[in-house]
Amino acid sequence: MKVLQAPFTEEMMRSLRVGDEVAINGIVFTGRDAVHKYLHEGGALPPGVNLRDGIIYHCGPVVMQEPDGGWKVTAAGPTTSIREEPYQGQIIRDFGVRGVIGKGGMGERTLDACGKYGCVYLHAIGGAAQVLAECVKRVRNVYMKEEFGSPEAIWELEVENFPAVVTMDSHGGSLHRDVLRTSQEALASRV
Amino acid sequence: MNVLLDSLVELIRRTSAEIPEDVQRAIMTSLENEKKGTIAESALKIIERNIELAKRKSQPICQDTGSILFYVDCPVGFDQITFTETCREAVKLATKKGYLRQNSVDSITGENDGTNLGPGSPTIHFHQHRSDKLEVRLMLKGGGCENVGAQYSLPAEKLKANRDLDGCRKVILDAVLQAQGKGCGPGILGVCIGGDRAVGYEFSKLQFLRFLDDRNADPRLDALEQDILKTANELGIGPMGFGGKTTLLGVKIGVANRLPASFFVSVSYMCWAFRRQGVELDSGLAIARWLY
Repeated sequence: MKVLQAPFTEEMMRSLRVGDEVAINGIVFTGRDAVHKYLHEGGALPPGVNLRDGIIYHCGPVVMQEPDGGWKVTAAGPTTSIREEPYQGQIIRDFGVRGVIGKGGMGERTLDACGKYGCVYLHAIGGAAQVLAECVKRVRNVYMKEEFGSPEAIWELEVENFPAVVTMDSHGGSLHRDVLRTSQEALASRV
Repeated sequence: MNVLLDSLVELIRRTSAEIPEDVQRAIMTSLENEKKGTIAESALKIIERNIELAKRKSQPICQDTGSILFYVDCPVGFDQITFTETCREAVKLATKKGYLRQNSVDSITGENDGTNLGPGSPTIHFHQHRSDKLEVRLMLKGGGCENVGAQYSLPAEKLKANRDLDGCRKVILDAVLQAQGKGCGPGILGVCIGGDRAVGYEFSKLQFLRFLDDRNADPRLDALEQDILKTANELGIGPMGFGGKTTLLGVKIGVANRLPASFFVSVSYMCWAFRRQGVELDSGLAIARWLY
């Protein structure tokens, strides 16, 4: 298990390889369908959100408001990443993103951006909303909640020991591409 | 005090937070079978811990609390309108309590009013029967797995799938291949052979109401279910698509008649976080018995 401690540097991310299990400590920003489309269309990041050397998490958490007005994340697993494939590469390039947490993997354009700009795809366990919510120690802020609704908002989360597996690295490696190829071959001999 | 409201909120809570026993058993078996020290094993260990945590904290197993699908078996003369109104109230309340995410969005404007109520949400399927029993089943089906569902029209030339059981086998296995890990595997397939496009998908989801370890009463479909389960688990897609031995936990296949002109095979994919529960309600509408 490798520990990824913020700040997330290019060197740190380039040292990772497909199959590495990691534990993430630091700030992550959630962002999913609405945020990606918005940024792709030229929308500006709200003040306070800085993705440079940062991690974007494909997640729409369940968040409850506390009596004192603060927020508590009660379920926070990853959502399917491939829907952001049309946008992700550009966002990695333009905003200096170092890590993308999600599930299900992404395509060639994102893999290409990971190689060019020094970023990795970190696969969290889909459906493991409670284990991952326990890793969220604090909600620091929320942005664009009015515009996009709670699941689609940008939540600034402080995470500790957040478990993930590197499934796409900055050296052209993709577990998703490999498993697709071997499973295609396995199926071809069985039909 | 509204007993039915309380019963339905409790049904929603338990469905969202507790995995049914039959599913948990299958997940535990797959964990034992997976090769030690692999990332597939790590994934299943996290899943095991997640199941335990969700139950203990009474919080959603998965943050995507899914499409809210009720299946109601009711006696003749049952007041469906009052039931529907109470059901909507229960969904709203369960959302406020955090058993459900604010998960229902206006498809045109993107607006999320935070209630989970709107056209199609929740969906309630009523079925009258000549018994005085009242049974309510609930399925919460997340979007990730719903997105990898597929409907094939046979013949499907690219897959060399003709209008026979072998053709059905080919397209069902293709759906597994296309899904890879995107539907949060290990998954469960619900399949309908036949029907029109709408009935096909509807019947495919009804298959998820079966117990995971039951066997199909039709020997031809039973053989196909077992064959697809075995073959899919030889493809090496594995938990989360990480590679590994368990790609599917179960396959359930039903049939509907079709038109001579149509031959649809509809495949619904359910994630490992298979949330379905059911209750039998007594004459006072309190929960008498859990069904899974």
